[in-house]
Amino acid sequence: MPRPHGGQLINRSLKKSEKAKMFEQINELPQIELRSDLINDVENIANGVFSPLEGFFNQNDLESCLLEKRLSNDIPWTIPIILDIPEERSKDIQEDDEIILHNNNGLLAVMKLEEKYNSDKKRLAQYVFGTTDTNHPGVARVFTLGDSFIGGKIELISEAKRLYEKYNLKPMETRILFKEKGWRTVVGFQTRNPPHIGHEYVQKTALTFVDGIFINPVIGKKKIGDFRDDIILASYEELMKHYYLKERAVMSILNFDMRYAGPREAIFHAIVRKNFGCSHIIIGRDHAGVGNYYDPYAAQDIFEEFPDLGIFPIFFKSFFYCKRCGGVANEKTCPHSETDHISFSGTQIRKLICDKELPPEEIMRPEVAKLIICEENPFVSE
Amino acid sequence: MSEKKDEEKKRKKFTTVSIPTPLFRKVEERIKDTGFTSVSSYVTYVLREIVTEGEKEEEEHPFSEEDEERVKERLRRLGYLE
Repeated sequence: MPRPHGGQLINRSLKKSEKAKMFEQINELPQIELRSDLINDVENIANGVFSPLEGFFNQNDLESCLLEKRLSNDIPWTIPIILDIPEERSKDIQEDDEIILHNNNGLLAVMKLEEKYNSDKKRLAQYVFGTTDTNHPGVARVFTLGDSFIGGKIELISEAKRLYEKYNLKPMETRILFKEKGWRTVVGFQTRNPPHIGHEYVQKTALTFVDGIFINPVIGKKKIGDFRDDIILASYEELMKHYYLKERAVMSILNFDMRYAGPREAIFHAIVRKNFGCSHIIIGRDHAGVGNYYDPYAAQDIFEEFPDLGIFPIFFKSFFYCKRCGGVANEKTCPHSETDHISFSGTQIRKLICDKELPPEEIMRPEVAKLIICEENPFVSE
Repeated sequence: MSEKKDEEKKRKKFTTVSIPTPLFRKVEERIKDTGFTSVSSYVTYVLREIVTEGEKEEEEHPFSEEDEERVKERLRRLGYLE
C-alpha cells in the first residue's frame, strides 16, 4: 500500500478534551458560515482525504498550484483548495485570529488565520480549467466565489450530519480495511454515474492485475441532468451484489463537488485515492471532463508530468459492445466495423431511461436498469 | 496578471545545481525530439522520480492499536468486516 500523499496521513480532528475547551470559547470568536462545498473541503482536510493539506491554501500554495501544479513544497497538487469570503467580511478578521467555521448541518471547525489575500478569478479559471468560458460549470463556480481568500490550518470540532453513513469511510478506515482484507494493491475507480457494462468491464479488467477494487463514487453538487447520488449508490449495490466477489470489491463515497477540470482533476482524483490507500487508479476517456473543453486523452497525458505521484494510473480507451465479437471490445481489440458496435453512450442511456425503456443487456445489467427505471426521476433536477 | 509576470514568478522558484559538462551535453542529445524543453526540466523529472522511490511503501503499523481496534469495530458494524 502506498504511503499517503506527502508521507503522512493528516488528522486535524480535535480530541475530546480539546473540544470541550474550544466549546467554552466558541461564542467569543468570529464566525463564518460555510457553503456545502466548503463543508466537504473542511472535512476532507481534517480526515486526511486531502493529505498533506492541513488547512486552506495560502497565497504561496495557490500560486504554486496554478503555475507549477504543485504545492510550494514541490508536492504534486493540481486543484486549489481555497476558502473564499466576501470582501467586506474580510475586513472584520485579522491574521492570527481564530475563526469558527460552521454550517447549520452540524459542521464546526476552527481555523487559525494565516493570511488574507486576493486572487484574479479569471486568471485562476484559465490556469485550472484552461478556459474562462462561463458555460464551463467549474469556471462558472469560480466567478461566484467571494472576492477575498483566507488561508490557514483548520481543526475539526464536529462533523456535519451526512447521508449514507455506511459508505462514508475515511482514509484511515479504508487503509485498515484493505490491510485486513490482505490487499496490497488496490485500484480506485472514480465515478459519478450508475454502472453500465463498459464500466464493469474496465473495473474487472483492472481488478485482474491487483488484489482489490475500491469503487469511490463522488457525492456532492452535480450538474442538472446528472444521476442522483442515491441512484448511483443503489445501482452499484445491485451490481456488486450480483456480479462482484465480496472479498474483492469495496464501495465508499467521496464527498466532493466535481470541478470538471479534466486533466488537472484527474491528477487530483489520483491523489485522493492514494490517500484512501489505492496503489492504482483507472483513468478513462475524458476523465472529469465536461462538454468539449478537453482533448479526450488529456487526462491521461498529464500523468507524464508527475513521476513522483506515487499512484499508478491504468489507462483505458473507450469501449463498446461488439455484436460479432459477442462482448465488450475497443479499437485495439476488435477488427469489426462500426455497424457491429453498440456504444455505451451516456446520452443514449439517459434517453432510454427517460422514455422508460430498459437499456439492452449488452449495455446495462438488467438488475441495474430495472432499479433506475423504477424511479420517477433518477436525475438531478435543480 | 500577465504571462510574463507568471514566467518571472516561476523562474524565481529555481536554483542552480552543477553537473559535469559532458553529462549536460549527453542529456541535451537525449531530450531532442522529446517533450522535455530543457536539460533542467529533464533533470528535475528524473530527480523527482528517484527521490520519491524510497518513500513509496506504507509503514507496517501506521496507526495506534487503540485507533485500529476502534476502526475495525466500526467496519464490522457497517458490514465491511466479518
